[in-house]
Amino acid sequence: MTTAPSTLASAPLAPQAPAPGGRPARTAGSVVAHVVLVVLLVVALYPIAYLIGTSFKSPQEIANNLDVLPRSFTPKNYADGWSGIPGVSFARFFTNSVVVSLGVVVGNVVSCSLAAYAFARLRFPLRGLWFALMIGTLLLPHHVLVVPQYVLFNALGWVNTPLPLIVPKFLATDAFFVFLMVQFMRGIPRTLDEAAAIDGCGPFSTFFRIVLPLTKPALVTTTVFSFIQTWNDFFSQLVYLNDITKYTLPIGLRLFLDSSGQNSVGPMFAMSALSLVPVFLFFLVFQRLIVEGINTSGIKG
Amino acid sequence: MADTVSRAPRVGLRRAARPPAPGGSPRRRREAVAGYTFLLPWFVGLFGITLFPMLYSLYLSFTDYDLLQSPQWIGLDNYVRMLTDDPQYWNSVKATLLFAVVSVPLKLAVALGVALLLYRDRRGVGLYRALFYVPSLLGGSVAVAIVWQTLFGGQGAINDILSVVGITGRSWITNPSTALGTLVLLAAWQFGAPMVIFLAGLKQIPAEMFEAGSLDGAGRFTQFWHITLPMLSPVLFFNLVLETIAGFQGFTAAFVISGGTGGPADSTLLYTLYLYLRGFGDFQMGYASAMAWGFLLVLGVITAIVFRSGSLWVHYADEGEH
Repeated sequence: MTTAPSTLASAPLAPQAPAPGGRPARTAGSVVAHVVLVVLLVVALYPIAYLIGTSFKSPQEIANNLDVLPRSFTPKNYADGWSGIPGVSFARFFTNSVVVSLGVVVGNVVSCSLAAYAFARLRFPLRGLWFALMIGTLLLPHHVLVVPQYVLFNALGWVNTPLPLIVPKFLATDAFFVFLMVQFMRGIPRTLDEAAAIDGCGPFSTFFRIVLPLTKPALVTTTVFSFIQTWNDFFSQLVYLNDITKYTLPIGLRLFLDSSGQNSVGPMFAMSALSLVPVFLFFLVFQRLIVEGINTSGIKG
Repeated sequence: MADTVSRAPRVGLRRAARPPAPGGSPRRRREAVAGYTFLLPWFVGLFGITLFPMLYSLYLSFTDYDLLQSPQWIGLDNYVRMLTDDPQYWNSVKATLLFAVVSVPLKLAVALGVALLLYRDRRGVGLYRALFYVPSLLGGSVAVAIVWQTLFGGQGAINDILSVVGITGRSWITNPSTALGTLVLLAAWQFGAPMVIFLAGLKQIPAEMFEAGSLDGAGRFTQFWHITLPMLSPVLFFNLVLETIAGFQGFTAAFVISGGTGGPADSTLLYTLYLYLRGFGDFQMGYASAMAWGFLLVLGVITAIVFRSGSLWVHYADEGEH
């Protein structure tokens, strides 16, 4: 990924202004294109609409009405689902998910920015070697490490706590975000560092006073994507959490599947829809950044 | 600004390659100390959470280990069993390859197709792009996998829609010949992320190229084949690498849709799911470690093939200039 295509090197973060010469003429081809796009959009959004619609259906309607919209909206599924698992409320799963996600966000932002600053700005022996190793871990599949890491965390007594999900993130193990921030910091003019050095700033105060504040866009990107990834993550949470009071949302939702009866479909859909709300809110707030920022940042440089 | 972003990394890399000046001033030494201090958490992670566990799992792969008793050295037995005496292992390899080989090209084709439609017609691009991205945002979640399981079930809405056109469907989830297909569709459905990358790439192709093409009498298809595709090949390559790696690591949907079994008849037993079942279902940690190393080797070979093939078809526009 270091030898990224240079044709894209100058892709701006901000959306490009429309090409001069005005808007395209509304030709027959353009109408066809829009029709195709709308049809595709209906297909693409249908499962989500179906999820939301079904979450408001009564048990009878779930059995006989497969349309997207319910004939009568009933919020009962949400109440049933919220207290649906005997002994544990969904509030507990939400809280656990929030704790894990926030821990990961803080860990990634802190540790990845520290490592990125060293790689992007400081000169020290063997930097090339360490940088290459960091890029190497970028491509390393997580599943390869899960068994020995489990053995390690089990020996530390951390299994069935959120620690194995959070602590590694404080050690900059998400190489992707390190890489992202390195790329970003390299774009900050070095003259600023030099000016700070003349004013008596050492590497530490240069980092905190000059580089970190200017890295804010990359920090926000890291925050947004760390949150969404962790919120949706299933594999690690399934491996490490095995007490129902420690369950996060994805693991909690699974309980509905196990108790599969016609009556649990409504509450299951209601809680599924609810579990996606935080991710969706993040998307609404950071839509531009998510769609245009990170996805192109990897191919820059 | 954009220009600094593009040039700075090259300068940085060149500096990284140069050995530090011998002797070194006090300022140099101070900077080196600072460098290693800033990297301290990363070093703990690299050695403690990545490199040491990797070596440990290599050792475990030659043992019989259930987490309760200490590991028993059994030599190559795990690997021999994996390759010659475990039909389920080969079922999982087959399911994973089939899944990746079908879902990755399908997803990229849809992504490129929609990106081309959006690129040609700029009106409403922002809204379309955001809406098409939504499945990528939510698609990896358990919630969506649950919806998928319901939609493609025997009493599901997909069969209801099909019955309108006169097709009587069975349960797509419990049928061994179609269960994996539902996972492929779920993966392809999340085409928004590569589509956004394609769009960014398309924007970079200079409009003059198409103008020159039109003047030379090239039609839309010729332009696509001789201008768009070569110019876009670095981005296509980038997407291919990302999606291939992701494609081999599918887990959540396979787990949810098959109820954590990989069934029916091992048809959705993706590699990571089988590894999970062996490692954390029956706590065969040694066997799961052998599977993990097999996975790493195979994925390494496949990534190398993808990178090698790249030199044959990826076209870098500025190659001649440097």
